[in-house]
Amino acid sequence: MKLRSLTAAAIATTLALGSGVVSADLTFPSLSYRTGAYAPNGIPFADGYADYFTMLNERDGGIGGAKINFIECETGYNTEKGVECYESTKGEGALLYQPLSTGITYQLIPKATADGIPVHSMGYGRTSAANGKVFSHIFNYPGNYWDAASIIIKHILDEEGGDIKDKNIALVYHNSAYGKEPIRTLEELAKKHGYKLTLLAVDHPGQEQKSQWLQIRRERPDYVLMWGWGVMNQVAIQEAANIRYPMDKFIGVWWSSSENDVIPSGSGANGYKAINFHGVGDDFGVYDDLRKYVVDTGKAAGDGSNLGTVLYNRGMYAAVLAAEAARTAQEIHGVAEINASQMRDGMEALKIDQTRMAELGLADFGPEINVTCESHGGPGQAAIQQWDAESKTWKLITDFAGADRDVIDALIAEDSAAFAAENSITPRSC
Amino acid sequence: MSPVILNTIEVILNGLMTGVMYSLVALGFVLIFKASGIFNYAQGVMALFAALTLVGFQTGQVPFSHLINVIFGTNYHNWSNGINTFLAIVLTMLVMIALAWLVERVVLRHLVNQEQIILFMATIGLAFFMEGLGDLMWGANIKVLDVGLPSGGSFWLEDVTREWASEGSEYYGMYIDVLDVWAAGIAVVLVIALTIFSQYTKTGRALRAVADDHQAALTVGISLRTIWVVVWSIAGFVALVAGIMWGSKSGIQFSLSLIALKALPVLILGGFTSIPGAIIGGLVIGVGEKLFEFGIGPLIGGATENWFAYVLALLFLMFRPQGLFGDKIIERV
Repeated sequence: MKLRSLTAAAIATTLALGSGVVSADLTFPSLSYRTGAYAPNGIPFADGYADYFTMLNERDGGIGGAKINFIECETGYNTEKGVECYESTKGEGALLYQPLSTGITYQLIPKATADGIPVHSMGYGRTSAANGKVFSHIFNYPGNYWDAASIIIKHILDEEGGDIKDKNIALVYHNSAYGKEPIRTLEELAKKHGYKLTLLAVDHPGQEQKSQWLQIRRERPDYVLMWGWGVMNQVAIQEAANIRYPMDKFIGVWWSSSENDVIPSGSGANGYKAINFHGVGDDFGVYDDLRKYVVDTGKAAGDGSNLGTVLYNRGMYAAVLAAEAARTAQEIHGVAEINASQMRDGMEALKIDQTRMAELGLADFGPEINVTCESHGGPGQAAIQQWDAESKTWKLITDFAGADRDVIDALIAEDSAAFAAENSITPRSC
Repeated sequence: MSPVILNTIEVILNGLMTGVMYSLVALGFVLIFKASGIFNYAQGVMALFAALTLVGFQTGQVPFSHLINVIFGTNYHNWSNGINTFLAIVLTMLVMIALAWLVERVVLRHLVNQEQIILFMATIGLAFFMEGLGDLMWGANIKVLDVGLPSGGSFWLEDVTREWASEGSEYYGMYIDVLDVWAAGIAVVLVIALTIFSQYTKTGRALRAVADDHQAALTVGISLRTIWVVVWSIAGFVALVAGIMWGSKSGIQFSLSLIALKALPVLILGGFTSIPGAIIGGLVIGVGEKLFEFGIGPLIGGATENWFAYVLALLFLMFRPQGLFGDKIIERV
């Protein structure tokens, strides 16, 4: 009898463990990459994402009284592995996916939509997913690649006194779907402002870029923009420094904007600019709590050295936006234990003003967020940051500014309409 | 002189310099293939591992610190402020020799007389193992490598060549990266040293004997195992040099292991068994891909270098399968 009881208990325990049932209420999977060629960028983002959720559990007991269950799955920045991670974790009650890869996002758009689980591709993925009428479960707030291209051109307009006619602007881009994203926008903006656009593709991984930079040296473009990732960024900045290209005329997208990209070039990278949709450094109240409840208690995902770096801030900001959306969903539906469908509703109704940002310990960290059924792209605002090689810090040198909505919204409408037609999607009425 | 001609010369020069960088990686493959018939898939990862270890010593980093801290709840990261570069290079070389010994002891010794494909598969496993080991030992963050080599465009060449352009033409002088010139010089020294070693030392002669005929070398008392350790150690040294040169450009990070992909067309073209072939192959690939990108690239959207190198290698493969300097394989039936 005793043996039978013990066996039953063992079976029950095994089943409970095996089925992955956990006591937590809100499940947030993290498709991270801590290994492989892109790990230097994947690690700080994953640390920031994990640490913020840990802090909420430790400080507040979760979100709205419901504990957070955080599941990390290693993708190695590989699309197939990313999809496997999605498939293996969605049954755990996943509320939201942050794929951190344009390739994985493209694969998850139809899958997650069919499964009713929202995807937040924050500043990456398919740009036209900003159209909420077509992409019901995909969100890319607070900004997308086309916003980035437009805001960079606006910055150049400001620098040049509003006239960039006949200027030569070169785009050095990763020869992939991601790298090609801004081309259409830059071409449209070239028609509007009269600048000449030179396109320079760099093949993966971008370890060798001599030809591209010799061409830049010969043609002397007035500005060079970069859509790079991983080693491509470091090599491009080093080559630019080698040919003595003026760094304040070299502007990267937000995935070419981390400390990893500039530090290897030393003083040569001084003055390099990049666009960013959030604040830099760790001079924000939230960091006091992150240190107190997570780092100092030994519960941090990393060793605590990444706090305040650009990509850590971005991962942390992604978790803030996820937590705020969950809180909104709880308020809308009046329950603490929300499901994925309710989480989607929370994301679509997400509103974060500066008062709320200050309450979160993130005063002036980013622009106000206002997501609607029509627009899943958020404010589409970003600022320009500049690298100071001596102090090894980024500084925001502009305010958060918006994109050229006339151009961008038309492109989003066109691309999303094509996607809807291809996939027989009837746009929702909002 | 017309700027177009000057630009073409500049592209050729830079192609030659890039070719030398490819050759540095290809040399390691050739050394191991020549002595043991193994295509060492792990050569790129060896370059990465050597460079990671060098920076680890330079900066005084505690190996496996993350693992140690997680297990014992400690907070060790550095055992000192670092050591000077020369000593760090010597210590790294000792680590690469230890690695060579381990590879022979743990992997190769058990695969004697196995098919080449088995040995190749073993090196694939070795590559994955070393990549993980490097990550665990030194961390995945990007490391800055500074061994005191100068870098950046040469002012002297710019000033001299600016005068060569036709009057009134917009020409900014010729560009060459000083680091590439250093790499070329180091590659020349490396090839001379390897040639002297293989021609005039007892171990070098034994190495050549093994390369010519394993069985015959064994019958005259040459230890195959010792030779393998020596060869893998030399390949480790070449990997360290390649890692330093490539890592100085981009920092030390895991994508450094992908430079091996650039060595493949060089090997196909130059031959898997020839040291001069690795050098000439690198130069041909370097100049070929740069000229093609310069002349044809802009017409077809650019980014031609990766595939063009392989197309060039494929053309050689069709007409001279053993490569420019490779040994012709004659099999009697």
